[in-house]
Amino acid sequence: MMDALFLADDKLSAWLGELAAARRVLVPVREREAVVFRPYAAGVTPVLDRQANVPPKASVFPASEALMSFRYTKNPENLGQVAVEVHETIDAPPTVVFGGRPCDARGFLVFDRVYDTPKIQDTAYKKRRENTLFVTLACDDPQNTCFCNVIGSSPYDATGSDVLLTPVAGGYLVECASERGKVLLESKLLSDGAAKREEAKAVHASSLAALDPVWDPSPAKAKLIEKFDDMGFWEDVSAKCISCGACTYLCPTCYCFNVTDERTGMKGERIRTWDTCMSYLFTLEASGHNPRPTKAHRLKNRVGHKFSYYPEIHGGPIACCGCGRCISLCPVSVDIREIVRLSIERPTAKPENK
Amino acid sequence: MTTLPNPYIPEIATIIETVQETPAIKTFRVTLNNPERMKSFRYEPGQAGQLSVFGVGEATFVINSPPTRMEYLQFSVMAAGEVTSRLHSLKAGDQIGVRAPLGNAFPYESMKGKNVVFVGGGIGMAPLRTLLLFMLDNRKDYGDISLLYGARSPEDMAFRYDLPDWTTRKDMKTVLTIDREAPGWEHTVGLIPNVLLDMNPSPENTVAVTCGPPIMIKFTLQALKKLGFPDESIITTLEKRMKCGVGICGRCNIGTKYVCMDGPVFTYAELKKLPSEL
Ligand SMILES: Cc1cc2nc3c(=O)[nH]c(=O)nc-3n(C[C@H](O)[C@H](O)[C@H](O)COP(=O)(O)OP(=O)(O)OC[C@H]3O[C@@H](n4cnc5c(N)ncnc54)[C@H](O)[C@@H]3O)c2cc1C
Ligand code: SF4
Ligand code: SF4
Ligand code: FES
Repeated sequence: MMDALFLADDKLSAWLGELAAARRVLVPVREREAVVFRPYAAGVTPVLDRQANVPPKASVFPASEALMSFRYTKNPENLGQVAVEVHETIDAPPTVVFGGRPCDARGFLVFDRVYDTPKIQDTAYKKRRENTLFVTLACDDPQNTCFCNVIGSSPYDATGSDVLLTPVAGGYLVECASERGKVLLESKLLSDGAAKREEAKAVHASSLAALDPVWDPSPAKAKLIEKFDDMGFWEDVSAKCISCGACTYLCPTCYCFNVTDERTGMKGERIRTWDTCMSYLFTLEASGHNPRPTKAHRLKNRVGHKFSYYPEIHGGPIACCGCGRCISLCPVSVDIREIVRLSIERPTAKPENK
Repeated sequence: MTTLPNPYIPEIATIIETVQETPAIKTFRVTLNNPERMKSFRYEPGQAGQLSVFGVGEATFVINSPPTRMEYLQFSVMAAGEVTSRLHSLKAGDQIGVRAPLGNAFPYESMKGKNVVFVGGGIGMAPLRTLLLFMLDNRKDYGDISLLYGARSPEDMAFRYDLPDWTTRKDMKTVLTIDREAPGWEHTVGLIPNVLLDMNPSPENTVAVTCGPPIMIKFTLQALKKLGFPDESIITTLEKRMKCGVGICGRCNIGTKYVCMDGPVFTYAELKKLPSEL
């Protein structure tokens, strides 16, 4: 591990300028009421004192992207004969995500186990992942919806990040968190930070203490399956839900997508877009049959996937980074923590005629 | 670091022949444009592929010609929506995209030495056709083979070019059925599960393979249980809405199983272990 460095507040924009000279740098900025990640340019002031509403998921997994382009060509000898060509279209610019939180960076670890496996690799995802570095900011003021401690992380967890910043008096302690992160720290704007180490540790400790007490979500893995046919439970916990999908679109660990074609004239693109299992259409079949006809069925899949199926498939890890966005940004305050806890605590109703 | 090919890029293929099977079902025989790829293309009975009409989209179909007959890959498409109805407008010489093979296969190795009862309904005959032809091409590996194939009416019966062979050959027993009497129909009349009970196949050393509309599968499973087939000896294929076909898009899961990767072929014993979300 490299020595601790220090970045003074008044050098922040100069450092961002240096980073942005060589690559795309995404920083959290205010857009109307929300904080979202946008490319850094001179004069942009990043919002670093609160968690962004929208996670930096799109840096690696855009909300909409072309998977390929295609082109039809007519045979000039025989106009009835049309050939088609397809081309891979991958846009993977070198990128730094600056000022995301530990939960934001960790979110991609959930993707990695699905999008980059020994058997199947999502080519565009993999290229962007390789080209993206995370300069993460430790939290000094967690919100009451945060529960990264519950899923085995913390407000200063550097797992999945390349550089970790911790706010201290007059600036930031800058620590290298990965081999790849070193290239970002060659700047003359960074000075020795050894003297700030203790202060950063105190920030870490007080953030951790500010979170709600830890509880163990792992029994949910079995309990959510046990409750699969307890529809009374699922109707109860989904009663408020309006199926808007905000919880999934704003989630750093939700990775489902849809694929559609767009064509104009003789050419077009195959587009992938984020999709949500909270939507009725997600599983609607050609016969008209829908295996998840009500919001209760769909919420069951969302919670079940994150806290039961995914850990079962991938040997333990939960598909949630505890960022709390699905709680704070849900228009009707559905709370995934409460659902998981209830699944563990509430006795399972026995199905009537089974 | 390994780099695998892009799983979303289809191979370009040419439709060499089409067959209007029924008013609603059209069959496409296709070859990959790259002759080397066509020569080295390998798949197993039961595996599916995604067909692309570029500009309209992609949809999933089982490869219903067996790997023992590699002149072309055959897909039979029932008109259901956008991609399928667009596919129906295509003709020989047109080009489409193919992503295959996808999914798992029928356990044809462990079925060796056993008797096999096929029970197919409507377009559900497609996956069974692959396995049936594969077994007929490796006839000595399997015991008695019987087929019950049903459709609503004689016009709805696909694969009619196969029927003369299936109904006359000595090394298999074939029963064809339609739901209601129709002029000129010389075979059985009756719903598949009832006809199956009449056929009364012995479960002894026998595997039953069934595919069809959900309601038919449901009652066929009940009939097979009544006949004494153990859950492990009943095999079916599941249909879920799919997009990526490779376990990434998250659309086709039933609990921890992804129909596109862990399926579409499951035994009844496996199905019973899945959460009740069919
Ligand atoms: C493993 C597998 C094998 C299949 N094999 C065959 C086959 O051999 N022959 C055949 O005719 N059909 C087969 N199907 C069904 C076929 O994939 C769908 O009918 C087709 O995708 C509909 O596409 P579309 O674009 O025309 O419909 P759309 O315009 O997309 O939709 C029409 C309706 O179909 C639903 N739908 C879309 N995709 C699917 C899907 N994959 N499964 C179920 N419903 C869907 C939509 O929700 C909508 O209600 C198979 C499906 C699977 C999963
Ligand atoms: S954000 Fe809330 S209301 Fe919207 S789908 Fe999710 S749980 Fe339901
Ligand atoms: S499920 Fe909710 S808390 Fe967990 S990662 Fe997604 S948005 Fe954050
Ligand atoms: S179709 Fe995408 S995960 Fe199965």
